[in-house]
Amino acid sequence: MAEKGKRKKRMDRSIKVRCEGLYAISSWREMGYLALPRLLLIAGLLVVPLLLDMYWQRVLCAAGIYALLALSFDFLAEYVGLVCLGGAMFIGFGGYTSGVLNAYFEWPPLMTIPIASVAGAVMSTLVLIPCLRLRGIYFAIVSFMLPLFSVYIIIALGLFGSTEGISALDTFPNIWAEQYLIIGAIIVALFGLRRLVNEDIGLIFRGIKDNDQAVRASGISITAYRIKAVFIAALIGSFAGAYLSHLYGWLGLSLFAMDFSILPIAATVMGGMGTLVGPVIGAIILTPMSEALRGFGQLRVVLYCLVLIGFILYKPEGLMNYLERKYHQFERWEEV
Amino acid sequence: MDRDPILQVNGLSKAFGGVQAVLDVQFALLRGEILGIIGPNGAGKTTLINLITGFVRPDSGTITFKGKNIRGLQPHKIANLGLARTFQVMRPYHSLPAFKNLIVPLNSPRVRRTRAGKLGDKDSVAIDILEEIGFERDARVPYKTAGSLPLGYLKRLELARCMALKPEVILCDEVFSGLSMSEIASMIPLLEKLQMEGITIMMIEHRLRELFRLADRVMVINFGQKIAEGIPEEVMEQEAVKAAYLGTGKRK
Repeated sequence: MAEKGKRKKRMDRSIKVRCEGLYAISSWREMGYLALPRLLLIAGLLVVPLLLDMYWQRVLCAAGIYALLALSFDFLAEYVGLVCLGGAMFIGFGGYTSGVLNAYFEWPPLMTIPIASVAGAVMSTLVLIPCLRLRGIYFAIVSFMLPLFSVYIIIALGLFGSTEGISALDTFPNIWAEQYLIIGAIIVALFGLRRLVNEDIGLIFRGIKDNDQAVRASGISITAYRIKAVFIAALIGSFAGAYLSHLYGWLGLSLFAMDFSILPIAATVMGGMGTLVGPVIGAIILTPMSEALRGFGQLRVVLYCLVLIGFILYKPEGLMNYLERKYHQFERWEEV
Repeated sequence: MDRDPILQVNGLSKAFGGVQAVLDVQFALLRGEILGIIGPNGAGKTTLINLITGFVRPDSGTITFKGKNIRGLQPHKIANLGLARTFQVMRPYHSLPAFKNLIVPLNSPRVRRTRAGKLGDKDSVAIDILEEIGFERDARVPYKTAGSLPLGYLKRLELARCMALKPEVILCDEVFSGLSMSEIASMIPLLEKLQMEGITIMMIEHRLRELFRLADRVMVINFGQKIAEGIPEEVMEQEAVKAAYLGTGKRK
């Protein structure tokens, strides 16, 4: 498909090989090569809020929530082998817990957010435990139904303001606190998970994804480890939910909205499955895009789906895998 | 042989729908021996291992390991008691480097309990095990992704994963299949060494010549039932075994 008589040749930058393992700390050049993309990302996340106006700063906060959900989705799907579409449940449980604690007991967000993160994660995990025996599509379907289930329980029992929700919750003191809290959370979650997947517990998670029977034969209970993994993912999601309810000072049934389950998938596919950083970048690109299309209302869902289909068809590896390859390799045309 | 049985199986049966995979099998695995299990394809050999290790639930029968009834226990509980197994179709963790495959069993409660204090660096323990099992020929192989390793190494990796558990019994499901003669020749001393270290081995095998070099006793299974048991040479002389292997027809 390229020019006749020529072909593209990919060469590995030999520096990549030298940067594996201990050799990475052998020179400043190699350390810089490894550190540059990471520093670029952190600096980028920290600087972006300074460049935006009030409206887009709010959008960035929303993007941060999706980024956390996308991270937890990517972690569960690519490192534990559980395709979990229950992002909305994490958000809902976390958001409702912190909102209720704030509204009924008047605890400040500084207390409700950590409590709700843990409590929401515990509740989500408990609800998902019976489904952990399921695999693949079955787990995905059940986890997708659970948020809908929760919505009808709240309506049927008239809990927590039922369909009206609860308004006038405490919000954050200023826009900077809002933004840097979520950005800090993203950085901690991202680098924490990257570290985790290479620790022993992370290796066991990846073992379960690759071959759960072999893990059982190795004397390790896969259910126990799946519970741990779901808890970690739910913790991230519930934090996002607790943050969300204080961001808007309001809680309601839309915390269980389908968007929270679907957009993270689009972000993950776009950013690159299994890269962890890709989903974050995907969410930060997709959310403002969907915000710009707010006028189209529910048609926005169509947009996510188009992005999803487009990436699956034309760039299934996702942005990050592509960029990573470009960073480690160079290409040139050569005569055949 | 006056050794005591470490694993005792009585009246073990399992049917999958209308297929009787294992029927009323009874045998004892003696401490320190190598017991070979042979039989035609589909005889129920792998099912037998699956039943013993808890991957498949038996319909009836008892399985006693070190005097403890292990029937109905979860596979990971059984592995933690010291009963390890390999899989016939290798099950490596493709995405992990070969030596990181062993980090999983090294984190099992059994290993943590038995060697908790002096375990040291798990990575170096894993490399040691791989070297012991024959990865030493090429120093870079342990660091390669398991998914990219050739078959011979994957078979060794299966065994290495069992060894990492520090088991008392290893049930090997066709560790020789698909290997070249020279690879088998290098695996045999390995199994002999395991036996010398006091590990009891039960191995399913189709490569009879190699098996008979190793095995103290063999047991023959056909259509889920035990048809013979004893010293290899004697067992192969029995009519029922000849019939199972060569058929009862008039060919030759």
